[in-house]
Amino acid sequence: MKRNHRLRWQAAAIMTVAALAVAACSSSSTSSSSAGSGSTSSSAALTASAPGITATTITIGSHQPLTGPAAPGYSEIAPAANAYFSYVNAHGGVYGRKIVYKYLDDAYNPTTTTTVVHELVLQDNVYALFNGLGTPTHLAVVSFLNAQKVPDVFVASGCECWNDPSKYPETFGWQLDYVREGKILGNYIKQHYAGKKIAYFYQDDEFGQDGVKGLDMEIPHSMVVSRQTYVPTNTNVAPQVTAMHASGAQVVVSFSIPAFTALLKLNSLKLGFSPTLVVSDVGSDPITLGGLVTAFAKQGGATVNGNQLINGIITDEYLPALNSNDSWYVLFKKIHDQYEPKAPLDGNFFYGMSVAYTFVQAMLKAGRNPTRADLVTAIQGGMPQGPAVAPYSYSSSDHSGITGAYMGVINNGVVVQQGPVLVTDTSPSGAITTYSGSEQQAPASGIPSP
Amino acid sequence: MTMQTLPRRLGAAVVTAVIVWFLSVRLDTFRDFQIAQVAVYVPAVAGVTVLTGLSGQISLGNGAFMAIGAYTTALLLLHLNWPFVAALVASAAVTAVAGGIVGVAAARLRGPYLAGATLMLGVALPSLAFAYQGVFGADQGLSVTFTTPAFLGATFPLTRWQAWVSTAVALVTLVLLSNLCYSRIGRNWRAVRDDEVAAALDGVNVALTRIRAFVVSAVCAGLAGSLLAIVTSLVAPGAYTITLSIALLTAAVIGGLGSLPGALWGSLLIVLLPTYVTDVATSHGLSSSVGSNIPIAAYGAVLILVMLAFPQGIQGGLRRLLALFTGPDAKTRIPGDAPAPHVTPQADEAPASQTEKEGTS
Repeated sequence: MKRNHRLRWQAAAIMTVAALAVAACSSSSTSSSSAGSGSTSSSAALTASAPGITATTITIGSHQPLTGPAAPGYSEIAPAANAYFSYVNAHGGVYGRKIVYKYLDDAYNPTTTTTVVHELVLQDNVYALFNGLGTPTHLAVVSFLNAQKVPDVFVASGCECWNDPSKYPETFGWQLDYVREGKILGNYIKQHYAGKKIAYFYQDDEFGQDGVKGLDMEIPHSMVVSRQTYVPTNTNVAPQVTAMHASGAQVVVSFSIPAFTALLKLNSLKLGFSPTLVVSDVGSDPITLGGLVTAFAKQGGATVNGNQLINGIITDEYLPALNSNDSWYVLFKKIHDQYEPKAPLDGNFFYGMSVAYTFVQAMLKAGRNPTRADLVTAIQGGMPQGPAVAPYSYSSSDHSGITGAYMGVINNGVVVQQGPVLVTDTSPSGAITTYSGSEQQAPASGIPSP
Repeated sequence: MTMQTLPRRLGAAVVTAVIVWFLSVRLDTFRDFQIAQVAVYVPAVAGVTVLTGLSGQISLGNGAFMAIGAYTTALLLLHLNWPFVAALVASAAVTAVAGGIVGVAAARLRGPYLAGATLMLGVALPSLAFAYQGVFGADQGLSVTFTTPAFLGATFPLTRWQAWVSTAVALVTLVLLSNLCYSRIGRNWRAVRDDEVAAALDGVNVALTRIRAFVVSAVCAGLAGSLLAIVTSLVAPGAYTITLSIALLTAAVIGGLGSLPGALWGSLLIVLLPTYVTDVATSHGLSSSVGSNIPIAAYGAVLILVMLAFPQGIQGGLRRLLALFTGPDAKTRIPGDAPAPHVTPQADEAPASQTEKEGTS
């Protein structure tokens, strides 16, 4: 009996040791192969001009919420960007180099972000960090990236914090920042709902606070009857909605992620509270939002038509509307159908493609054999507009990104544009003006010209 | 015996320190970062192993003690500019008090009730960061500035310094813990674990013994939290969720409950396994939605495998392998590491020793 036991232990032990050895071998072989390709530079014209750049590849990295609470919707962004890079790689790449995009899951947890970004920078030697997603997550690594002098481009968050060139010279925002967005939404409310009672509902962090900062620049304080906040970890927003209902608000402005826009909508419905709803672009993608409203109602035992319920929500949009007349939509749909056909073609997918397009523009501008500093200089020199509806603000003193948006209303799953594209700055006195330029057309090749 | 084991343990600590120093100098900066991360978890896992393996109490709240240590360090470094060593000691003191308070409650609870109570602590405490966000900074947490000292030169990699500091703290903690385990306090823990009534009849103050174990375990977690703050340069509630507490317990079980070297194996596993598995998954072309969920599955698979193969954890398995070479009696040599009777392979012998104990007491 006892000997029998021991034999079994031995067998199991040997099995485990063997399994561990296999795991160790396969992981070490991957790291050595990447190191091997890093040292080859046979081509005369293309050199390994910077960390992460070889004669044949440009390796970039990112942290993304592929699992966890922020994953629904946002987990589509990196695969979408990667689909665009695959398209570019298949059509000649960037000066002949292929883009290798390594995005790691941080589950929207800032401490995990630190770990994966250390891995990308210190182990994988990425050329740049691209489109790192989230305000709290990216704040955890922004100092590290700048200390390591790694270009930190097109952060997937509209926090004003990325626009600080003296403190973070390597960091660039991309999407419309929340202060500008708040100003544009606030301006619309001031014009269309003069004399009405307004309530704010916002996420209690830099995202919501920056948005409210913009709103307050436009909406007189006397009009605001209630200010309610939520934290993403607590899904019970009934107290906040009740308070807004009690305050007699006729218009509710919401700076919320999609899940909390859905909760706001459903809780209002339950109370028979039906204010005009104005929602930040972040929380208003109709396909994501409609799906969440239906799903949450189902969890609560009710059957609702989410897409119908969200009709009439007022929002803003800085990328072209998803309709087949738009040249960008046609291009991105073509790439979607070829490289990521299973992913939903929604606002998140469109976002990922657009930001990837901007990165390719920047890399082409940085030159044939760019250093890391060349990329920063290229972006600071100003970027051509691309898919965004308004121009970028990039300069050596401004790292913020897209400067404007148009107002829209949700109707049957799409955002229908209302009025012209509006542009503004982040200062309280900065005027909101109609953008006189026109939207750019997507290039026929699908790849920006150098 | 104690006379001889102390130099042996000190020797083991010195040898480990030399190995870590050698690795940290030879390997790249990312490996240094991983060494630092492993060293961070060692005291925390060792704390759980002492609490559960030696004193027989279960805690699903040690992640919360880590949070207390981390926030204490962050606040002291941020607002009072204390040197790190002082902040480390202060964090240990604060978590000792917290551990004492929880320990008083824990001394009245057993088994699942104790697990439930500590689970509450682990779930509820991180939420304080949202309730008092002016102090704790909510989701974004507090950022911690930790730099290399000037005498090492400007080009000295920060991750190597972090690895050194964390390893030093981890090793000192392990040496102190092992002394404690062999002392009267450690013997009382084991006595209370094996039979509370018998221990009480022998004059052991059961409640006090249990509280002491909680305080020691909390201090270990506090030290780990303090280290995690300087290694990740950030203290945010997302790091200290209930998942962390469960990971600590899992690491202790996989490493070998009640065995201090086991804490090292457990820590190695929770730090390195996710990275390796993700790398393997992505290099084999798995889609990101599959690849990002694989580490959790691998973790579960390893837990099941280790429990099937080595019920006494990795350290128990290693000792068993060693016993194959050094003879059958060697494995029963170390008294402190004897696991609870019902999980030992020699379970058939247990009733005999039980009657023997009853006969002598």
